[in-house]
Amino acid sequence: MSTSTLNNSSAESFTQAVDHFRELYGNHLPAQKSLQADAAAVFIQLGIPTTKHEEWKYTSLAVLAKNTYRSVNPSDNCSLSKSDVASLALTNDTLLYVIENGKFNASASNANALPKGITVGSLAEMAGDARVQAHLMKHADFSDESLVALNTALTFDGIVIIADAKTECATPIQIAVVNNTAGEALNIPVRILVIAEKNAIVNVTETHHSFGSKSPVLVNVVSEVVIAEQARVNYIKLQDEDQNTCHVNYHKVNMARDSYQHISTLTWGGGLVRNNLNIRLDDVNCTSYLNGLTIAKDYQVIDHHTVVDHAMPNCYSNELYKGIIDGHAQGVFNGKIFVRKDAQKTNAFQSNKNVLLSDDASMNAKPQLEIFADDVKCSHGATTGQIDEEALFYLRARGIGEVSGRALLNHAFAADVIEQIPDENLKSALLDRLTARLNA
Amino acid sequence: MSEDLKILDEVTNSEYKWGFVSNIESDNAPKGLSEDIVRFISAKKNEPEWLLEYRLKAYRHWLTLTEPTWPNVSYPKIDFQDIIYYSAPKAKPTLNSLDELDPEIKSTFDKLGISLEEQKRLANVAVDAVIDSVSVKTTFRESLGELGIIFSSFSEAVHEHPELIKKYLGSVVPYTDNFYAALNAAVFSDGSFCYIPKGVRCPMELSTYFRINSAGTGQFERTLIVADEGAYVSYLEGCTAPMRDENQLHAAVVEIVSHEEATVKYSTVQNWYPGDKDGKGGIFNFVTKRGICLGNKSKISWTQVETGSAITWKYPSVILKGDNSVGEFYSVAVTNNMQQADTGTKMIHLGKNTSSTIISKGISGGRSQNSYRGLVKIAKGAVNARNFSQCDSLLLGDQCGAHTFPYLEVNNKSSKVEHEATTSKVGEDQIFYCNQRGISTEDAVGLIVNGYCKEVFNQLPMEFAVEAQKLLAISLEGSVG
Repeated sequence: MSTSTLNNSSAESFTQAVDHFRELYGNHLPAQKSLQADAAAVFIQLGIPTTKHEEWKYTSLAVLAKNTYRSVNPSDNCSLSKSDVASLALTNDTLLYVIENGKFNASASNANALPKGITVGSLAEMAGDARVQAHLMKHADFSDESLVALNTALTFDGIVIIADAKTECATPIQIAVVNNTAGEALNIPVRILVIAEKNAIVNVTETHHSFGSKSPVLVNVVSEVVIAEQARVNYIKLQDEDQNTCHVNYHKVNMARDSYQHISTLTWGGGLVRNNLNIRLDDVNCTSYLNGLTIAKDYQVIDHHTVVDHAMPNCYSNELYKGIIDGHAQGVFNGKIFVRKDAQKTNAFQSNKNVLLSDDASMNAKPQLEIFADDVKCSHGATTGQIDEEALFYLRARGIGEVSGRALLNHAFAADVIEQIPDENLKSALLDRLTARLNA
Repeated sequence: MSEDLKILDEVTNSEYKWGFVSNIESDNAPKGLSEDIVRFISAKKNEPEWLLEYRLKAYRHWLTLTEPTWPNVSYPKIDFQDIIYYSAPKAKPTLNSLDELDPEIKSTFDKLGISLEEQKRLANVAVDAVIDSVSVKTTFRESLGELGIIFSSFSEAVHEHPELIKKYLGSVVPYTDNFYAALNAAVFSDGSFCYIPKGVRCPMELSTYFRINSAGTGQFERTLIVADEGAYVSYLEGCTAPMRDENQLHAAVVEIVSHEEATVKYSTVQNWYPGDKDGKGGIFNFVTKRGICLGNKSKISWTQVETGSAITWKYPSVILKGDNSVGEFYSVAVTNNMQQADTGTKMIHLGKNTSSTIISKGISGGRSQNSYRGLVKIAKGAVNARNFSQCDSLLLGDQCGAHTFPYLEVNNKSSKVEHEATTSKVGEDQIFYCNQRGISTEDAVGLIVNGYCKEVFNQLPMEFAVEAQKLLAISLEGSVG
């Protein structure tokens, strides 16, 4: 009872924020004006989801009622400079772009050598572009996702990445999403649009960090990734915010025929993190990889929801999610695989493995298969348990102490996910960060 | 008398006119559900006051509930006021010989390999002197009685062993549990009660008795099985023979209590009328089944073979409360034509070192939808709990669907939970291999499917395992294009 009342009051304050924002900045993105108005109406109708909602059964957003969040708006200024964000770059050659409190911060961004055919820019500036208009807010369906609706209604900036047909950008494009607070609780919508045109290849890394006073923040990210025929997109999400952050992330990928996508979601920061990955294999011969890693401690709640939707025949998808849960933390995994009636010859696999390190930790897993075609090979597996005692014994027998043995095995368990990342430089940079996180 | 008083008088009198008292002589209750109907059922069965109170409490609670809509099945809304909640068991027309039997049913009997004598009994053919059902029944009852085993209909048990019923009724599935459990608690017609005293191993499959008895399976059945310390019982519900029943909605409740070191094995073969090829008619089977392992080292094992019903919606569950207790669930659910099944299990681990195994095999053909939905919950105190789940689905056509919804909730670090699920179709190479060796495609599919289900059939009492295999073949007839 208390949960729903709490949520009602938080929903009310967000509703007021939406009304207020629409009044002042309703015309900020003229091309998306009517979509934003629709989204506002949807959010006002749906409100913040409660745990009575099946998709939110294990994750309560009641924490949002503890503060009144001010929604950031176009009149907020960016204050970070290049030197402030230099340490965020994952590799030396990375093309770094900064989104500070939802706003594209050009002066902190550090990308001079963008290859020909690759366009990266502020969403506010590019929203009128025909290619952006064709996709922005068109893929992340907000009709029954209230937080997507909230993001859509409040969006005023963000980032757009476009790879023209037949271009390749081997260097990773890093979007550093920074919450920079000064003692005030903020509601920050972040919007990302990635378009890979026919035969293009692009690597995008989306990293999340906290700066400033580390006040409570709601970061509401919506990314839309459009992959045209034979295009390839490698995507990494690294979520490393402080524990005052409530992070909700909706990632929608739309795949055309013969396309490829690989996404890794690495979550080890944030107080409450909810990821919704939604991959639509919309045509034949698509290949999709989804990998995820949760490392949680203290009172963190880390929730991964994924949907892999096979709409057409001859596609392949593979999913690997792992979690290490310690302290009083709570891990959630819900992986849905849909195989539609026409999607014959589909191969879809999913694996979810979790390790609980403490008696106060918990893990709720819900792997889910919904299959409407007969000529398919689909499987899922889910386990929750402990580090293998025999492996530990093996190490101890060879002179490695119990503590370092466990650390080694935990690292190996988690590294399995990062090892899947195709780019070697990013892989080693992330493995270093993983080591630092596990030793922290 | 003033006008007001007159109206008042009329109203109060009218209750007598149509009240339950005047109706008690009739065999059928009027359509619909009200407190009067609940009282009528209770009076009809001559029940003690406390049971009536229980029914009324359940009914009042039911009124506050709304029909659940979360399962992955679709059906037209049920009008609960359009159901007759009590009707006296109808005498089946007695046939003079098996030749008068519907040839379709006769051929099914033959395929199942049911003996002639038994066929007669199932079809209600006038029985000759070879087997006297009454005497067989009494023999069984006597030999069970010698061991102190109580096995009787629920209504009898209410009168003969009220202390046991009072103690255990609703202790595993309280009337507040869910919509259909509340409905059942309010209007349950009859069912079985079984009590195995301390340290007694029930010498026979209680199924044997049950089949001969062929108890009139009511619309709202209630079964209660209690195994006291160290007892063992194997119980079989249902029958492989086709069941044609005109009641559309079946909302039964089964409760099992297993005390320290006791074992209860419950097997179900369900072959209700599934409706015709276009999905017309058929039974809605909405059942709440749950067992509790109360004591240490107790065990409950569910085995189910579901081939019938237009809609099957049930989750036989085990609450593993005692330390070192064991829960098992073995299931084969076959859906064909327009059938829908949303079935699975719940394993709630509360005690230390508890373990559970779930093996679920779903087979869908035609335009059917088959879902596995299961919960494995490991509470914080369930140290060293262990679960293994496997749910496989087999698809036999491109119009059907197979779905898996497992929920795994783990709340301590010493437990291990494993779940795996696969979905595939019968391999063309496997069929080709059989064809090459002179086995027709239809037989080949039967062979492969039987192999696929073997793990579950092995859990059934032997004679039923044999029949279940044949039943599977019948259920899948015509599903291979």
